[in-house]
Formats: sequence, C-alpha cells, structure tokens
Amino acid sequence: MCTTCGCGSGDTRIEGEAPHEHHHHDDTHDHAQHSHAPGVSEARRVAIEEDILASNNAYAAENRRRFAAAATLTLNLVSSPGSGKTTLLARTLAELKADITLAVIEGDQETSFDAERIRATGVPALQINTGKGCHLDAHMVGHALDRLPPPEGGILFIENVGNLVCPAAFDLGEAAKVVILSVTEGVDKPLKYPDMFHAARLMLINKADLLPYVDFDPEAAIAYARRVNPDLQAITLSATTGEGVADWLEWLQVRLAGVKNARIRELETQLAALKSGVR
Amino acid sequence: MHEMSLAEGILTLVEATARREQARRVKRVTLEIGALASVDIGALRFCFDAVTRASLAEHAALDIITLAGRGWCLPCGLEVPLSALADACPHCGSFQVQPVSGMEMRVKEIDIE
Repeated sequence: MCTTCGCGSGDTRIEGEAPHEHHHHDDTHDHAQHSHAPGVSEARRVAIEEDILASNNAYAAENRRRFAAAATLTLNLVSSPGSGKTTLLARTLAELKADITLAVIEGDQETSFDAERIRATGVPALQINTGKGCHLDAHMVGHALDRLPPPEGGILFIENVGNLVCPAAFDLGEAAKVVILSVTEGVDKPLKYPDMFHAARLMLINKADLLPYVDFDPEAAIAYARRVNPDLQAITLSATTGEGVADWLEWLQVRLAGVKNARIRELETQLAALKSGVR
Repeated sequence: MHEMSLAEGILTLVEATARREQARRVKRVTLEIGALASVDIGALRFCFDAVTRASLAEHAALDIITLAGRGWCLPCGLEVPLSALADACPHCGSFQVQPVSGMEMRVKEIDIE
C-alpha cells in the first residue's frame, strides 16, 4: 500500500538524471476562461467511462509496438525484495549472451548497484531509480528505451522494483510477467499477494539449493499459485547451483522463437503486399 | 498497492474532462472499482484527497461503485460469483476459475458546475 511504502512520483531518475518526463497534458489553460455569465451555475454530470490506467496503458501499447518491430522478447521480472532476481538475471545473461542479443532495464528506488552488476556481465543495462515510487510504469520504460533501444531479435529483461504488490497493475508493454518466489519465503505467498501471481505467466521458484534446510514444499507453492492463476507455468531452479536453469533457458528460447516468428510473418505479409503491387 | 498513481490517473482524466467542459469545479467523482481489482479503498481516498488539492477537483466527493467479481469455472462450464482471485467454484470446489469481471478500475462520471 503506497500510503505506507511512500509511493509517489516526480523523483524518477534514469542513470541518475531526470527523464524530462512530467505530465504531457496541457497546462496552458487560462483560468479566466472558466468564468461564466452570472446565474448560469448549472450542475452537470459528464460521463467519462475510462480506465484509470488509460494513460499507462497507452504508453505500454507504444512500448509493445517498439518491441514487436524489433522482434524483442521483453519480460517483466517481479518479486519481493531478496528473492534473488538480480543473481538469477546475471546467471541467465551469462548463459545466453554468446547466442542472443540481450539488454536489461533495472528498476530500484535508489542506487545503481544492480545495473552495475548487470554491466559486469558485459550486457548493456540502464538503471531507472523511481525515488519514492514503488513500481515501474510504462512511461518510465518508454524513456529508458530512448536511451537503450530494444535488442533486435533478442531479449530485454526489465527487473522491476522489488515489490510483490504494486507492479502487478502496471503493464510495461512486456510479453509476460515472470514472478520469482524463493524457497526462503512462505509457500502461501501466492494467496497473500494474489494479484501478482494472477498477472504472471511464469513462476520461478528460486534458491532450490536451500530446500534441504527450509520448510518449503514447491508443489504446495505451485498449487496455491494455480488457485489464483490456473494457467501459470512453474519452474523450480537455483541461480547458485544452476539446477533447473536449463528449463528456464528453454522457456526463454521458445518464447523468443514465438516473437521472432510473429515478426517474420508480419514482414512476409508486408513483402507480399508490396510484391503484388509490382508489375 | 499503487493508490497514489491511481489517484493521479483519476485526476488526469477528471481534469481533462472538466476543462473540456469549461467547468469551474468538480463536485463529485464517481469510480467503478471491481471487487477483484484489489484497490485499497481507504488508501485511494487518502491519495485522492492529497492529489486533488489546488485542482479543479479539490474537495470533490468521491463515490465508489463496487462491481461484483465473476469467474468462468472450466470444469462446470459456468459463470460463477467470485469474491477473491483465490476462491474456489461455489458449485464444484475447483480452483480452475478464470475471472471474467471484477478487475475494473474506471472513472465513470463527474458532476461539475
């Protein structure tokens, strides 16, 4: 809940600099224009019927268009703080970077430690600091893409702010949200934070190397998660020992092939249309 | 949850409409929030009051209409009431229930003068 976690806006920085965002709505109106003739102070009801997140969703659609045009698989990684997201990401990048073009957008309230960890793997990374903000939004990601273009035919990982609540509602334009739950957390987290597990396509159960030392039943966690999301896929793995990582890499390869094939079909359709117009 | 961002989104929609209508002030804002949308209503009210200060919607009443949750139970092939995402089908007890409504977060209308 943002009244306690300090969610706000206006503090966003990308690589330490203001993104020059601010609201794009027209603030140039003249208050004098609101004056009406005396005696015509009629109350009226005006229908709006718009989604509260309409603005975010419009930015997300634009991001999604850019990802599709570049045939980029974009994944939004979400979890509690401390689930091992960054460690898992660093391992994933090390495994894939020889074969696939990669990039990372890191979201944290403060510090650029995570982006530095990612850059140490040789993969380009951009840090967004949300300041007091508890989640990334599509507008921030759009600004980040101006500086770090989506990798053509590759994978862009967006590591969201560690928060199992707020990022659930914000579409960034990603192909899928991937939720990471570590075995040092409770198996009932999917029931306690149902929105995130409902929003995710894949759940990674991380730190599987610690299973002998903790009271965590992965099957129970998966069963709870599927109560809120019957279609949720799940992979148990350890970023430290590498067990299960091959399944995750395979999942990524399949999804990336799907994104590339969709782009190929689109280009072939355009090409066919162009050819049919040539005599 | 992200109620401050939601309140800012509400204000953007409300102010755009109020200006277009050349309103002097917004007296009431009516929202439709689905029962499964997991908006903390208390937090949203707090944030709404905070973001509307010095705006056309300052001191506007905030009416919230709650829309019931409904889900599609795959085993039953039926639409069933759903009060939480983790709820089972009331008929068969299965958790294979996909929400079909109740996730809404909409600004429905405003009263202006």
